[in-house]
Amino acid sequence: MESLVAAVTIFVLAIFVGFEIITKVPPTLHTPLMSGSNAISGITLIGALLSAGTQHSTLTAILGVIAVIFATINVVGGFLVTHRMLKMFRRKV
Amino acid sequence: MPQVIVNLAYLLASILFIWGLKGLTHPRTAVGGNLAGAGGMLLAVVVTLLDRAIVSYELIVGGLVVGTAAGIPLALKVPMTAMPQLIALFNGFGGGASVLVAGAALIETILIASGFTTHVTVSIAASGIVGAVTFWGSLVAFGKLQGLISEKSMSVPAHQLWNGLIGVACLALAGWLVVDPTATMSYWGLVLAASLLGVMLVIPIGGADMPVVISLLNSYSGIAAAATGFVLSNNGLIIAGALVGASGIILTRIMCRAMNRSLTNVLFGVMAPGQTAAPGEDIYAGKIKTTSAEEIAMLFDTARRVVIVPGYGLAVAQAQHAVRDLANALESRGVTVEYGIHPVAGRMPGHMNVLLADANVAYEKLKDMDEINSTFEQTDLVLVIGANDVVNPLARTDPSSPIAGMPILEVDKAKTVVVLKRSLSPGFAGIPNPLFAADNTLMLFADGKKGVLDLIAALKEA
Repeated sequence: MESLVAAVTIFVLAIFVGFEIITKVPPTLHTPLMSGSNAISGITLIGALLSAGTQHSTLTAILGVIAVIFATINVVGGFLVTHRMLKMFRRKV
Repeated sequence: MPQVIVNLAYLLASILFIWGLKGLTHPRTAVGGNLAGAGGMLLAVVVTLLDRAIVSYELIVGGLVVGTAAGIPLALKVPMTAMPQLIALFNGFGGGASVLVAGAALIETILIASGFTTHVTVSIAASGIVGAVTFWGSLVAFGKLQGLISEKSMSVPAHQLWNGLIGVACLALAGWLVVDPTATMSYWGLVLAASLLGVMLVIPIGGADMPVVISLLNSYSGIAAAATGFVLSNNGLIIAGALVGASGIILTRIMCRAMNRSLTNVLFGVMAPGQTAAPGEDIYAGKIKTTSAEEIAMLFDTARRVVIVPGYGLAVAQAQHAVRDLANALESRGVTVEYGIHPVAGRMPGHMNVLLADANVAYEKLKDMDEINSTFEQTDLVLVIGANDVVNPLARTDPSSPIAGMPILEVDKAKTVVVLKRSLSPGFAGIPNPLFAADNTLMLFADGKKGVLDLIAALKEA
């Protein structure tokens, strides 16, 4: 129970941090914000790595490896496309 | 590696995520911010790979290679106009991963018979539901934006009733799972029901509402990741998921406000059909002044400040580069040029800014609505390209209009307004636009790109 309360505390505080920071992002950067935050939500990858690597059963290993593929596309593609967009905003005209 | 060090590494990764998002508050620091976020992710992955519980790396490496090989070309090749559907797709994959990880965690817990605590099963059910809605909702959004599924707003008979029933089914299966966690069938049943819900929620939504839907799905993918964090008792997932959830909610709110609609209205309501379609004739009759590229070139000659207002029509016509050339030609004659961008000018938040940045327009010239609205009175000429509802003064003047109260770009306050548009056809709201008939408005009927190219040619001759 105590660990649950600790986890909920972290969750709620992180939401507040998120609100504070993200309201300061200018509209010009909203698309990169979305793709970049999207890449961060691919953090599920670390859960997927554990499922695919611990191999408690064939089924969990299969579920894990598919999850690794999905989350990797999310993470790699997300950060890369964000980088591509942000570079356009940085260059001098 | 001791668990303490692993947890400290996740803390460091979380700090990098927060720092990275903070970098996105300014275009100059944004590239570094994104790299910080990517660094945080790399750290989290590396630390996880060193976990003693991992017995085999073949599957992991295989999965990472396949995912990377699929992600890189998508991220590098897809054109900027297709950014909304690409992000929807990535988003969906994140949600799908949450469903699978929670499912695997359920089976593992049964196998190692460590016993279930209620909060773990509740979190598993939440991951399954939110993840599946995200996955299927995003895929449908992708299909609509890519043109694979009709972009029209579709009405399904007794739509709310069906959604309600499926929602209840999801909750009932979740309840069953909590009571008896060993019944894995209830988990997959729940995932199936939530998948159906994801499809049903997004399929009736029209193309113009996509900015709201994508923002909302973005938020869901964060919530799904956080729920998975509760399943695995992993603070890294909880923090990252919460940050993304908050980000998506903020963007959803901004988009709803910009379209003058409540979230419930976007999700469940179908726009009232344009009952005011007929008076369009009266508003426009005899009052429309059409113009030619040559005439506008003369106006440009005397103008000192020009504001360009791009709408989605500009992106459809692929006219971004032509507009940039026009702006350069004007600037070389000493005219100040800025861009006024409505929050829903593109297909997702900030989309128009990306399209113009892609055409080498400096971000300092891209002004958001509040900033540009205070400058229209000092503007000699506004060039509206392929935009309609977002410049409709009825939003201010007619309280009975469907767009009453919607924040608009107040271009009618400028000295002269030139509207470059194919025809007088109404925008998404289905209502006529008195701006087109205003005394200070000139209409230039043409395709966005061709019209702009004609303007450049006329400007060179003048």
